[in-house]
Amino acid sequence: MAFDRFRQHRVAVASVWVLAFLAVTAAAAPLLSPYDPERTNLLLIFEAPSWSHPMGTDSLGRDLATRILFGGRVSLALGILVVSLALTIGVSVGAVAGYYGRAADAVLMRIVDMMYSFPRLFLLILFAVLFGGKLITVVVVLGILSWMTTARLVRATFLSVKHREYVEAARALGARDREIVIRHILPNSVAPIIVAGTLGVAGAILAESTLSFLGLGVQPPTPTWGNMLKDAQSDMSVAPWTAVFPGFAIFLAIVSINFIGDGLRDALDPRHPTKRSVDHG
Amino acid sequence: MHRVTSYVLRRLVGAVPLLLGISVISFAILKAVPGGPLAAYEANPNITPEDIVRLERAFGLDQPFHVQYLTWFGRLLGGDWGHSYASSQPVLAMIGERLPNTLTLMGTVYVVTLLIAIPIGVATATRQYSRFDHLVTGGTFLAYSMPPFWLGLLLIILFGLQLRWLPLGGMTVPGATSFDLVDRLRHLVLPVTTLALFGTAHYVRYLRASMLETIGQDYLRTARAKGLGERIVILRHALRNASIPLVTVAALDLPELFVGALVTEQIFGWPGMGRLFWDAATRADYPVLMGILVVSATLVVLANLAADVLYAYLDPRIRFA
Repeated sequence: MAFDRFRQHRVAVASVWVLAFLAVTAAAAPLLSPYDPERTNLLLIFEAPSWSHPMGTDSLGRDLATRILFGGRVSLALGILVVSLALTIGVSVGAVAGYYGRAADAVLMRIVDMMYSFPRLFLLILFAVLFGGKLITVVVVLGILSWMTTARLVRATFLSVKHREYVEAARALGARDREIVIRHILPNSVAPIIVAGTLGVAGAILAESTLSFLGLGVQPPTPTWGNMLKDAQSDMSVAPWTAVFPGFAIFLAIVSINFIGDGLRDALDPRHPTKRSVDHG
Repeated sequence: MHRVTSYVLRRLVGAVPLLLGISVISFAILKAVPGGPLAAYEANPNITPEDIVRLERAFGLDQPFHVQYLTWFGRLLGGDWGHSYASSQPVLAMIGERLPNTLTLMGTVYVVTLLIAIPIGVATATRQYSRFDHLVTGGTFLAYSMPPFWLGLLLIILFGLQLRWLPLGGMTVPGATSFDLVDRLRHLVLPVTTLALFGTAHYVRYLRASMLETIGQDYLRTARAKGLGERIVILRHALRNASIPLVTVAALDLPELFVGALVTEQIFGWPGMGRLFWDAATRADYPVLMGILVVSATLVVLANLAADVLYAYLDPRIRFA
């Protein structure tokens, strides 16, 4: 049912194909491109886009299209890893706060409030400066700074569901807390979690590109869409294509993920068809 | 009015633990630096381990955590925010010097965003599912997904490098000595466009949704039944109520603008708070970093508070309980 509703959102369906295209070409990058993403060639500096280099070359003569394909591997994998981490933390915190209430709830939600009070990019930059720009640290830092929305969503469902009769019934039948939480309450928050998670992937990709653009994300020579744009900042007066293509890749990934998230929201939450333009906070 | 005052006071008191928590976290983060705040000195061959010990004592770094925190916090309240490691200037003065520039940028962005977003939001809601509505909804999605740094670079390439209509960055022409409004505005165009696109998309979506909700209400039918013109119904009755949630969003967007401002200030060389934070972060200038973290988090808390109070004030259904 939800699937049929999703299929009616034509832009979302098209976005699934775009995203699949990006993912497959990134995964198959070594098969698709004859060039090495990191090998420099000083004879081919700043070649304009042509048949042999469809997106041109950069300041070290590297093929831009190849680097974008390889960069996509980092961005897309990172997006999924960050969201997995953020959902794990967010669901656990939200479930504990919502289910046990009282002191646990008060303490955890104040922590959420505090985390929300710092501009996320400021903390990201601080942690990135402190702990260096390895892929794994970037993932952990982004994950630790991205779980709060999920925690609030999960807590809200728990609060509204935990005193329903079927939950009381399960408890009366001797079900343990763990079982009640996982089997009976959590499934109610699956829809908002899926939507938040999807949009979270876009957020993580954007955050990583921002960090890399500032020179704090994954370090060169490993290409990412963000650090390619950082280089483009100084090269774009002679070679504007170095700025245009990597940015377009980020834009394409983010816009298609956002459309998919929109389609999922319509499909999973049919009660509020007009609400689809509301949140997105 | 008395009720409002006591509500605001109660909320302010309620915000105190949050602010204290924020200060502890800011302090703890910067204490967690691998090697400590003096790590930069340790790499310097001219500084002996004895010097490090002396510096530690001079900065009070040999004291236990809570003593250091209390000393720092006490000075913070007294207006002594410490001195920059890099330039030895007082932190408070550095922030004071940069804040007006960021506020100029942010203020202009706010005004431009609202001026564009309100008419468009109203127009889409009154013409739901028209071609115009679909166009705008699609457009907001694209604007929403636009990485601000990419947009900034594209604008520089197009208007700065190719057409040469506008300056590439900075706040004034190099060497300018006096304030020149035209020059300032020319420098504002590209960074404001970069920041305003996202905000406009955000507000249009929000206003459209809340207008649609309001338009379905009974009191609008009543207003029409009284014989009021459609224009007055929409502008005076619908928009007025629909913009109440917008006030909240506008307040909650403050941190978003700070964040957007960092990247934008970086690209366009705008000497604001974001740039200051960025420079301090790359130089491990901890007193400056702590100062900015405290200022920005405090602003966020106060903005939230202002949003709640305004919301309750504008919507009489909400009691100041």
